[in-house]
Formats: sequence, structure tokens, C-alpha cells
Amino acid sequence: MTRKGLMLTAAVMLAGTAAMADTADKKIALSNNYAGNSWRQAMLESWQRVTEKAVADGVVASADAFTTAENQATEQAAQIQNMILQGYDAIVINAASPTALNGAVKEACDAGITVVSFDGIVTEPCAWRVAVDFKAMGKGEIEYLATRLPEGGNLLEIRGLAGVSVDDEIHAGIGEGLAAHPNFKVVGSVNGDWAQDVAQKAVAGILPSLPEIVGVVTQGGDGYGAAQAFAAVGRPMPIIVMGNRQDELKWWAEQRDAAQYETMSTSIAPGVSTLAFWVAQQILDGQEVPKDLTVPFLSVTQDTLDQALKDTPEGGVTSVDYTLDDAKKVIGG
Amino acid sequence: MIRLALPVISLVVLICAVFWLQPRAMSYVGLNLLFNLAVPIALATVAQMVIIMVGDIDLSMGAFVSLIACITAAILPGNPALGAVMLLGCIAAYAALGALIEARQLPAIVVTLGMSFVWGGAAVLILPSPGGTAPGWLTAVMKAKPPLVPMAIIASIIIAAVAHLVVMRSAFGVRLRALGGNARAVSRAGRSTIALRAWAYALAGVFAVAAGMALVGLTTSGDANIALRYTLLSIAGVILGGGEFTGGRVSPIGAVIGALTLTLAGSFLSFLRLSPDWQIGAQGAILILVLAARLVVRQAEKRA
Repeated sequence: MTRKGLMLTAAVMLAGTAAMADTADKKIALSNNYAGNSWRQAMLESWQRVTEKAVADGVVASADAFTTAENQATEQAAQIQNMILQGYDAIVINAASPTALNGAVKEACDAGITVVSFDGIVTEPCAWRVAVDFKAMGKGEIEYLATRLPEGGNLLEIRGLAGVSVDDEIHAGIGEGLAAHPNFKVVGSVNGDWAQDVAQKAVAGILPSLPEIVGVVTQGGDGYGAAQAFAAVGRPMPIIVMGNRQDELKWWAEQRDAAQYETMSTSIAPGVSTLAFWVAQQILDGQEVPKDLTVPFLSVTQDTLDQALKDTPEGGVTSVDYTLDDAKKVIGG
Repeated sequence: MIRLALPVISLVVLICAVFWLQPRAMSYVGLNLLFNLAVPIALATVAQMVIIMVGDIDLSMGAFVSLIACITAAILPGNPALGAVMLLGCIAAYAALGALIEARQLPAIVVTLGMSFVWGGAAVLILPSPGGTAPGWLTAVMKAKPPLVPMAIIASIIIAAVAHLVVMRSAFGVRLRALGGNARAVSRAGRSTIALRAWAYALAGVFAVAAGMALVGLTTSGDANIALRYTLLSIAGVILGGGEFTGGRVSPIGAVIGALTLTLAGSFLSFLRLSPDWQIGAQGAILILVLAARLVVRQAEKRA
């Protein structure tokens, strides 16, 4: 090796050790409860992309992702307990249940492991939470509809999976919005399970019994299915709030070009897993991090539609990969 | 005895494999982490075993345990009297189901499948969004740290012993097994098959209630979907433990060992770092492997 090369290596090593002295030997694990939809796939890909680079750069020793096979809280609790045995320094969790993992999370905390939950958060006080204000998301949908339809009208609500906290929170937010805008009325409500095919079936089933619908409030992953159901029976297309899925954005762009269709789209970016990763890294690095952090949700408007559609892979979800600086900004409030 | 040999061997092989993959598990804390979530599964498996023993099958086990978990987390801490009444009511409902199935000669598989939606709905009504807290005494029991042997192991041994005494050693247990083996003979002997089946379901209800409470003691909080996996796990556990669908032929100790084996199989696959896409398949493969081994053993027995 030349002298110059040696010096360069030394410099790189110095820079590396100075910035990341405390977490280079730390192991972080991702405990994920479900991988069966486009959002979760995008979330795992985002994790893979960002952590691979972080490991290569020597920021952390490893960052393995684990997904439970059956999306059951008891199974994920067992998975977390296995991670304790495997000696991870931090566990990043997207939880099947906000409460049912608390026992396992407490075991991890007691073993000195840093636990960061995101998206599907856990309520155990010893864990950190990177949460989205889902209530504000639901409320925002009604507020958007109020700007578009000042005279109000009948709405159809598509909910997510029954019994899951995200569904309750978005629903509660929609309730708040309705209280503030009493000229809107939800005349029907179905469970779309955040999946286009389920939503399409459910909406098609309830449509014949409904009066004219001016707007559809959704939770993401269900807008395209709802549009298909409306189109199939030839009813006037209401304003359907979308959820950043590629099929939804594509349909929206087509409708815009064909009939000046206007709507908005909002959802939590799947890349939030990488934000949780950086938050965990910062905690391991000894930084003071508040237990409750809020991430902004990602919205697509009529103006940003083309760009968003271009950036979103076929069958995927609009996303961003978060960086260490993003994490520091969120931590700083 | 030979009926028990295979489940025991499967469990020992798996334990050795897990220790080899993850030496850290070979400790007091490690064993507890490996097995504590198996305790409610073992209880649910014994409950399922009682149903299978009388020739039926219960497809509502997971939903019922979830409902119990919701009652335990949402109502029991604030209002112990009401909570206790509701839990007893659940056991009574199970007994009534048994009586109904026998009196109208309904297929249990259909009745319990239907009831699973009733239990699921009741759970969501009681606990609309995940929450609640476990009663302090329950957490204290489930998270107790007795000297030398971890709580999970002690609890498993107690469950196996109690189930064995009730089902295999008591006159009550003999009558229930007879109901599964030959219901007509029982009825000719002058016993009411309706009452007996009701008792069998009530006994299963007692174990299922214990399963839900133990689960909440571990998770410290409830969720309406918490135990949906238990339906299939409990059936697999009974079969893995040497039980048979034909009725009357079960092994309580085997059922508990079966539940432990299933739990351990999950950890084993996780330590192997197997991709989740393959995990369900691999779990199924382990089941088939054990059942195939059982067939081989039985054929060897017949030949001998």
C-alpha cells in the first residue's frame, strides 16, 4: 500500500470512528408482523436499502429483518423473546397489537435492550414510539372534502381491519371532522381491510342500498377498489380520497386526464421503518430521545401527482427513505 | 407408555437443536423466554384435548380464549365480582353448547365454527380497541421467578399433572373417555349422554378460561384478536402429543408436551433465520414428520 493510500485509510477510519464510535458493534433487529400487502413490502425494501448501507458504512454491525408468518400477536411476542436470546442491542417493532406484545417488550427492556416501535406502536412505557397522527389523517380527509364540497352531502366510509388500533384512530379522526362539518353525513360504512379486492367486494355489496354518494373517506389501499365498484354499476364517481398506492395514483391520473377528476391522497410513508432504525441508532449512541415521536404523513396533491406516480414503483406505495438527519430533526421536535 | 415416547423424543430433539443453535437459551432466563408463551397454549391444548376426547372438535378455541383475555384485561381488574361472574358464565355457555350438540345431534365442527364468530364479536364489544391491564396478582403469578426452575416449566408440569389426574385417573374422566369411545354403551349403562357431554365441554371451558387468563398475565394487556392462532395450534398440539381424532384416545401429558414442541418449533425456525415465506411450510413439515414417525412406530407395534 502506498503512503498516500495508508493516510487515506487512516483518515477514513478516523472519520468513521469519530462519528459512529458507539454503535459500530451494535446489532439491531426488525420485528415485523405482516408482509402481505404492497405497503409492507415497500417498508421491508426500504429497511433493506437503508440498513444495508448503514452496515456497509460501519454505522451498526447488523440490522436483520424478521417477519412473523401468520400476523398473530402471540407469534410476534415469541419472536421478540427469541430476539432477546439472540442478543440484539435494539429491537425495532411494527406491532401486531399495541398491547398484546407488552409482556415481551418489557422482558426485552429488562434485558437492557432498546425497543423502538413504529406504525403499529406498543403502549409499554419502556419502549419508544414513532407514531403517525392517524387521527389528524382522518380529520384531514373530511376537511379536504369540506373545501371541495362546501354544501356537504352523503359519504361512504371504508374502514380497515376491525379491532386494529390504526383503524380505530382514523375512524375517530373522521368522526371529529364530521362533528366540525355537520353538513356531511356518513350513510354507509364497510371494512376494506386495506386491500383493493376486499374493498371492491365490500363497496359493491353495500352500494345498491345507498343514496347518492359525494365522497368516500378511506384508510389507504382501498381507494382503487372503491372506484372499481362505483364504475362497475355506472354510478357518478364521488371524490375518493386515495392512499398513495400506485394503482390508486395511476387510476387518479387517468381520470384526471379523461375527466378533470380531482382528489387528494395521503398515507404514512413505508420508509418510516428507516426512521425508526435511525432513532434506534441514536438511542444506542447515547442521545437523549423523547419516548413519543411523531412523523408527518406523506400527501400527494393534484400538483404533485405526476412526480409521485413517476417515483412510485409498479404495485408499490409512494415512499421516502429517511436519513440520519431526518431522524435528528424528528428527535429535536 | 409408547404413546408418550414419541412426543417426548420430538421435544428432546428440538430442545437439543435449539441449544446448539443458541447456547444462550441454556439458562434460567433463556428457558423461561423460550417456554413462557407455551403455558397458555398448553392450557388451550388440554381444553381442545377434552373436546377431541369426546369425539368432537372445537374450531372456536382461539376466539374463545381471546374473549376470556378481553374479559380478564378489561373487566376483572376494575370489577372482580362482575369479571368472575362473566368468566363462570362463559364456562356455563360452553356446557350449554355441549348439551345442545348432544341433544340435537349437531356436528360440533359446525356449531363451534359458528360460535367462533359469536365469541369474536363479544370480544370486540368488551374491548373495542386493544388495551386493559392484567390484574396484579395474575401478572405476579405468571412472571414469578421461583428458585432453580423457571415458572414456565413448573406451570407446564402442574398443567400436565392436573389434566392427567382429572382425565386419566378420576371416575369422571373415565366416563368422559367412554363417551368418546362408545357413546351408545354409555347410554345403555344408564348415563345421560347429554349431561356427560355438557360436563366435558364445561371441563374444556375451565381449561380455556385458564388459558386466556394465563395469556393476559404474560402480555399484561388484552386484544380482541390476541389468540386466534390457538384454534389450530391446540388441535395440532393434541395430535402431536399422541391423541387421535377417533375419540376416547388422548394423552393429557402428551398434549402439554405437544404444545411445548410446537412453540419450540417456532423458535427453532426463527433461530435458523429461515425466511418467513418458508416458516409456515416448515412448521407444517415438522408436524408431518412427527405424524409419519408415529405411523411407522404403530406399524412396527402391530407387526410385533
